[in-house]
Amino acid sequence: MQKGLKTRKSQRFVILVGALASLSVAIFLVLFALGGDSLSLFLQPSSVKEKQALGELKANQKFRLGGLVESGSFTRLEDGLTYTFKITDCASTINVSYKGILPDLFREGQGVVTEGALTADNIFIAETVLAKHDENYAPPGTIPVNAEACSHPATEAYSS
Amino acid sequence: MIAEIGHFALILALVFACSGVIVSHLGAMANNEAIMQRTVGFSFAQFIMALASFAALMYSYIISDFSVLNVAANSHSLKPLLYKISGTWGNHEGSMLFWVLILTLFGAAVAFGKSLPLRFKARVLGVQSLLILGFLLFILLTSNPFERLLPAALEGNGLNPLLQDPGLAFHPPMLYMGYVGLSVAFSFSIAALIEGEITPMWARWVRPWTLVAWTFLTGGIALGSWWAYYELGWGGWWFWDPAENASFMPWLAATALLHSAIVVEKRDALKSWTILLAIVAFSLSLLGTFLIRSGVMTSVHAFAVDPERGIFILGFLAFVIGGAFSLYAWRAPKLAPSGLFGLVSRESALILNNILLSTFTAVVLIGTLYPLFYEASTGSQISVGPPFFEFGTRLLMTPLIVALGMAPILAWKRGRLSKAFQITIPAAIVALAVFVLTIWSDINGLIMTGLGLGLASWLVVAIFLDLAQKTQLFKTPSRAFKRLWNLPRATFGMHFAHFGLAIILFGITISEAWTSEKLAFMAPGQSEQVGPFTYQFDSVMPFAGPNYTGIRAQFTVIKDGVTIATLLPEDRVYTDPVTNTTEAGIYPLPSGDLYAVIGESGSGGRWSVRLYFKPFISGLWLGAGLMMIGGILSLSDRRLRLGAPAGKKQSAPKIQKPAKAEV
Repeated sequence: MQKGLKTRKSQRFVILVGALASLSVAIFLVLFALGGDSLSLFLQPSSVKEKQALGELKANQKFRLGGLVESGSFTRLEDGLTYTFKITDCASTINVSYKGILPDLFREGQGVVTEGALTADNIFIAETVLAKHDENYAPPGTIPVNAEACSHPATEAYSS
Repeated sequence: MIAEIGHFALILALVFACSGVIVSHLGAMANNEAIMQRTVGFSFAQFIMALASFAALMYSYIISDFSVLNVAANSHSLKPLLYKISGTWGNHEGSMLFWVLILTLFGAAVAFGKSLPLRFKARVLGVQSLLILGFLLFILLTSNPFERLLPAALEGNGLNPLLQDPGLAFHPPMLYMGYVGLSVAFSFSIAALIEGEITPMWARWVRPWTLVAWTFLTGGIALGSWWAYYELGWGGWWFWDPAENASFMPWLAATALLHSAIVVEKRDALKSWTILLAIVAFSLSLLGTFLIRSGVMTSVHAFAVDPERGIFILGFLAFVIGGAFSLYAWRAPKLAPSGLFGLVSRESALILNNILLSTFTAVVLIGTLYPLFYEASTGSQISVGPPFFEFGTRLLMTPLIVALGMAPILAWKRGRLSKAFQITIPAAIVALAVFVLTIWSDINGLIMTGLGLGLASWLVVAIFLDLAQKTQLFKTPSRAFKRLWNLPRATFGMHFAHFGLAIILFGITISEAWTSEKLAFMAPGQSEQVGPFTYQFDSVMPFAGPNYTGIRAQFTVIKDGVTIATLLPEDRVYTDPVTNTTEAGIYPLPSGDLYAVIGESGSGGRWSVRLYFKPFISGLWLGAGLMMIGGILSLSDRRLRLGAPAGKKQSAPKIQKPAKAEV
């Protein structure tokens, strides 16, 4: 046996220890990171209200808000860059404000996912707005919880 | 008629796939050469039938045959020809057919090769046929692209305009070549497990296929990210979206596989690990397909959703992955034990690479699947955002890149760390200087920026030092060029790919840290200052394309009184279906991209616009291009050249002693 070469057993042992160490450090840090800001809840207006009532939603806590853009709620402010609209799940609604350029597929009555936080006076300040990509597809989080009560033409608008 | 021929060809392909599975394994079991030879024919037949079927579908698209449901649902007579053709694979059914076509293409390519022993080839083709069989069943049972529509539609529904784009026309084919290319590595692994033997020759056969898959996967991911960058109009290029992760995970696994296969080839070690990686890499491709096609993930990319398909893919996934792992658990311990090597050696460095890349794959996998488990256990939905993935990336890529700088210098079997340190000292000094300068200059002096730039510089200088050392540039400079010329192509391939990584890292770090962005509401005639550039808003004009109308804005970009570029961002309205898309106006300068997006008009003839200067963002695509060149160079290395005559080299025993100069 040459110097510096270990036996097969110890070689395997070293590799195994290295792999396990790397994996466990990664998993530990992943769990640590998953607890923080990187994890955002995906809520619809009704569940936002529920969480607020229970005191589970802190002010300025980031989360994703999904639902339909309520028909007739869309306005553009004087500065030309800020938009306000309501997101509804046909059971309750939340006022949303967004500064920026809205995505191409953004429409009243359509599904939308926004990311941001609620202010103290219950306005959701969205940092990003995602509209669905494809007319055949509604993101699961935007299908209203109370779909029967919906008067919004969620699909009518585009079906040819 | 043509559609029926396509359908029939598909059924014939199924028959040939069935025969391929049965005949190959029977032949191998009976060790009957004549029977095994048949398998080759079946593989060609599968390919020809899949090709005929795909051609039939493409023909239906080109002539806009709206009596075919798939064409009516996804095409339109006014669409430009390119998008009629790309529409063939731009939908669920067509893309699955394309998937099968590539599976059979790779199968036929393996069958065509002359270097494999017949028995092993039969086994490989048998496994490949099994995969083809599974996908054909899936198409025929749940997603038949040739279903007729009665009565025929007068006009098609049109293709999603976001997909009517040259970048996205070729993004799926490249990605699929990558995904499916990994099936070959998978089939080789399963065949090796069945045969119970892995030789360095095995690695030499598998590596080119993995390289092909990896190169295409790299290109596919880069194209997708480029498309997102200019088409979605957010200036972003990667969102850690489940669909993106689904392509990134197989890429990471394939990268690990490329490296571990080198160890098998050179040193006859890490054999069972490499087999495992090949299985995992293809399993991740399948998993990605499942995640996207079944609609279990909230993704902005998702296709139309059908639970029946999801269940079929899940079943197939369970069969392939479960079967492969069971076989692995049963057979892997019987493989001949691996070669020995010291703790400090090229082998160890490659193992470190593998450990980090696999951990990274696992982290991405956890982040992608976590919302699923969370929803199943608590009932509420969450999303795992970019901070998580970015954290994981930094954590794992930092040691990877540090090791990457030194690994090529270490010798096989037993290296000397002190020597590697000695050679890379200049690189370390440069990296440290860059790090300190970045922090000190305090322009945007984040530690992460310094770290990114430091690591990228470390890698670039270390690559140069390795080449300098291999060519003895500092000892006998006059002969260095000749030595450089004589280095094996694989060495160039490696350095190109690693250099590409450094360039990507530069691109990410610089563009993240120094992007200037302005959101404005302005009228033609006004101008805005973005970083060192003045964006002058000239005009907005209506215009019409083949199947859309829209507006086109014109911005003139001025720096120090000199006009340097004109940007023409567009907002298009497509007919059928009526949809808006934004086309960013981009002008790449060597120092970075000028980028403008036009939004909506408002009061006073003003428009909302988004203006950016993104320094060195082209580094991302340049780096990906370098990686692909690296892959191709490696592929052209004499050792791997496909179908190269074996010549006088009585190959098998010789490979045991790797030539020192080669990588």
